[in-house]
Amino acid sequence: MHSHCTVSSSILDGSTLEHGIIKGVDFLSVFAVLDPKGAIALAERGLMFHAVLFMLIVAVPVYILLFFFAWRYRTGNTKAAYAPHWEHSKMEELIWWAIPFEIILILGALTWTSTHDLDPRKTLNVNVAPLVIEVVALDWKWLFLYPEENIATVNYVRVPRDKPVRFDITADAPMNSFWIPELGGQIYAMTGMITSLNLIANEVGEFAGKSANYSGEGFAQMKFTAQATSQENFDAWVAEVKTSSSTLSWSEYEMLAEPSVTKEPLYYGSVEPNLYNMIVTKFTGLPVPSH
Amino acid sequence: MFGKLTPDAFIHGPVETGAQLIVVVGALVVIGLLFYTKSWGWLYRNWLTSVDHKKIGVMYLVLSFVMLMRGAMDALMMRAQQVVAVGDSAGYLSPDHYSQIFTAHGVIMIFFVAMPFMFGLINLIVPLQIGSRDVAYPFLNSMSLWLTVAGAMLMNLSLVAGEFAAVGWLAYPPLSELQFSPGVGVDYYIWALQIAGVGTLLSGINFLVTIIKMRAPGMWLMRMPIFVWTVLGSMLLVIFAFPILTATLGLLSLDRIFGMHFFTTDLGGSAMMYVNLIWAWGHPEVYILILPAFGIFSEIVPVFSQKKLFGYTSMVVATLLIVILSFVVWVHHFFTMGAGANVNAFFGIMTMVIAIPTGVKVFNWLFTMFRGRIVFATPMLWFMGFLTTFILGGMTGVLMAIPGADFQLHNSLFLVAHFHNMIIGGVLFGFFAGFVYWFPKIFGFTLNERLGKWAFWNWIVGFLLAFIPLYALGLMGMTRRLSQVDPIFQPLLIVAAVGACVIALGMFFQILQLIVSVLQRKKNIAGPDPWPGPAGGGRTLEWATSSPPPHYNFASIPRVHGRDAFWVLKEANGPVKEGKTWPERRSSALEAAHERTHIEMPKYTPVGFIVAGCAFLSGFGIVWHIWWLALLGLVAIAIILIARSFESEIEYTIAV
Repeated sequence: MHSHCTVSSSILDGSTLEHGIIKGVDFLSVFAVLDPKGAIALAERGLMFHAVLFMLIVAVPVYILLFFFAWRYRTGNTKAAYAPHWEHSKMEELIWWAIPFEIILILGALTWTSTHDLDPRKTLNVNVAPLVIEVVALDWKWLFLYPEENIATVNYVRVPRDKPVRFDITADAPMNSFWIPELGGQIYAMTGMITSLNLIANEVGEFAGKSANYSGEGFAQMKFTAQATSQENFDAWVAEVKTSSSTLSWSEYEMLAEPSVTKEPLYYGSVEPNLYNMIVTKFTGLPVPSH
Repeated sequence: MFGKLTPDAFIHGPVETGAQLIVVVGALVVIGLLFYTKSWGWLYRNWLTSVDHKKIGVMYLVLSFVMLMRGAMDALMMRAQQVVAVGDSAGYLSPDHYSQIFTAHGVIMIFFVAMPFMFGLINLIVPLQIGSRDVAYPFLNSMSLWLTVAGAMLMNLSLVAGEFAAVGWLAYPPLSELQFSPGVGVDYYIWALQIAGVGTLLSGINFLVTIIKMRAPGMWLMRMPIFVWTVLGSMLLVIFAFPILTATLGLLSLDRIFGMHFFTTDLGGSAMMYVNLIWAWGHPEVYILILPAFGIFSEIVPVFSQKKLFGYTSMVVATLLIVILSFVVWVHHFFTMGAGANVNAFFGIMTMVIAIPTGVKVFNWLFTMFRGRIVFATPMLWFMGFLTTFILGGMTGVLMAIPGADFQLHNSLFLVAHFHNMIIGGVLFGFFAGFVYWFPKIFGFTLNERLGKWAFWNWIVGFLLAFIPLYALGLMGMTRRLSQVDPIFQPLLIVAAVGACVIALGMFFQILQLIVSVLQRKKNIAGPDPWPGPAGGGRTLEWATSSPPPHYNFASIPRVHGRDAFWVLKEANGPVKEGKTWPERRSSALEAAHERTHIEMPKYTPVGFIVAGCAFLSGFGIVWHIWWLALLGLVAIAIILIARSFESEIEYTIAV
């Protein structure tokens, strides 16, 4: 995988290496979380592998001791030593306070650095301005607004390959969670608030987009597709959507926001200015600001 | 007159009507049987009015087992739905009904199975282990039980009248607000939990005071059995955590009833505040449940390894560390809510730190087995099953404590697999172990070992089949709470459904074990100290009295001269060696230790039952906005409790 992403992090480098080793294993591709198509998902997978590896240092000996002791000191085995009064040993106890402590020290350091590296709101590349996509979780569909391009889509989002993307996420419905496993972790979508999620796709392809937090009756039908294409392809697609005559006005939006399930993607060639802000601020109880 | 309650509330779709009929017919059968066998008086005199901690414990267990049946039925229905509702097929449950079922499943399993199971075992054993005749506040104990029952009944009533919440077991707003859930489901949820929650809080206070004040002479804190220590920790958590739950649900109900805006979308309400508050209770709740399970294993492993518990002091320190740490980890339930990296990293690391004392406990159990003589009776099998699954669950837990990893695992079936791993493999296996271990003490006869082993093997195999696939499904990107799934998930969901059926088989063997053991009880009479060992395996005071114990537990209060108080008494007559017989040793040891005095015992009273009945009516009134009924119930409770406080003759004396 030729990643153009320049996130600086030791974890990211390490997992890129690991990815090369594991790449040949095909069955992983069934597991979306373990089959990253972007640098963030890749780093998150590497983090999981590392953490599990460290934990196995304790877990494997515990499993071995458990079954070995159970077998060795079974009541029928009278040859084994029997020490019914042995109840305390400073040295031994010190050792098993120390072992988990050491492991947690390592994992704690890993947690501290990785949490800062993988902070969802952290911009991926300071040199390239990210593509901003505004996301609204509705009952029960996802609305995507492209403020620069001035287009909107429902249940379908397209991004150019290798370009950092910042999703600014809000909701006009019960709390949901925005998740594209092959590109990276999720973040909640909440009314009146904006959460940011920086992702990147380093391969072209179609990826399943998930609603991860239960939001009512139509929840199971609330899915979207995320597609990564070349920049040229993306530009052509934007131009094509722009030719659509439908405009996402406030009244059109209010109809869209009514609880319903939308199976097919929708496209809007233009969007009423300031629409996203109006959605975010509509919960203040103040009149909706006009543009 | 009847608020929002109209005849429509009783009319449901076909599947719901089935459940409705089961509840109604079930209730009628029980009532009919009571009339047929003329048992009302017996029921009233011996059980409903009882303040005996042992009877209250048994009633908690009955509640827990009945609700376990319903919770398991919900689980099977969900598994079946996810097997058939694939692709374009909608399955046999409507999305709304499916949501009610997963909400009910979670609520039932935590509040009305795990909690009553835990309080059942605590009631049965703690007073015996500390050498006491009862708990500190016997009447309060009875009221706690019946408030819990009232909560459970109110919840079950939602099957008959109206609907249950369809919002997930923690009822996150704004989904649980009137705007999105206008029906009575969420109100049933709130008031069932409020009523049961008061019972839990009162129990927490009761057992804390019991452990602090009612120990037999000589039982210093550092001589208490580890089970008592873990219960002490758990009760501390109850006292600090449950008021948060009560306040949070109270605020939610203010939103729903009076149109306030604590957690609404508009006018400054913040759902994030609810999520923080509910987990500030919810995380300690996990430790409220698991700590006593740890305690049970700390009793079982020494007895069945025929060896002293290794590292008593470490165990106590570890328990108290877990108590403290469990209050500073709640954010790990929602790393994905958008907190900054510093906050997330702090809570992630604190979460991992809990793995240290937990790891120490595991090593101490292992080294209790080391150089022991391990008898693999069913309680020990449950321990082996517990540790095998618990290590896996612990690892996935630490994994999800890393925010960067959690972003990819949260809200997926990986999470679902993890907490079932901890609650079934940890909590439930622990309680099953305790149930089998203490059953002969409470009922005077042993449980059939062979059927117990069958139950265990079905449970462990079923558990692995049912939940390992969920880990894999989570990694495949399957989110939780789906009433309809993509075809790619179906094969593993079928495996999980088979696993659920194997677990059901395990439950079947447990029921069979109970029936067979009751039928054969004359053949399986347990002595006071039935578990294997040169002089009986029992090490703690519950084994020093008869099985079942007299209602006053101990004819005279034992004096405690060390840890493993009963073992010390046994050894007082010279070291316990293999081959020495039991009876003379026990009687002489006890004679030496006992003094005889008059026994004061609390009188039975129906007040607890009546108060809970009023709470039930009041709760029903609030759910349906039948305000006169709600008010009547509350006023009645106040009057009854004030009247009770004037009663002075609440004890009687047994002359010896």
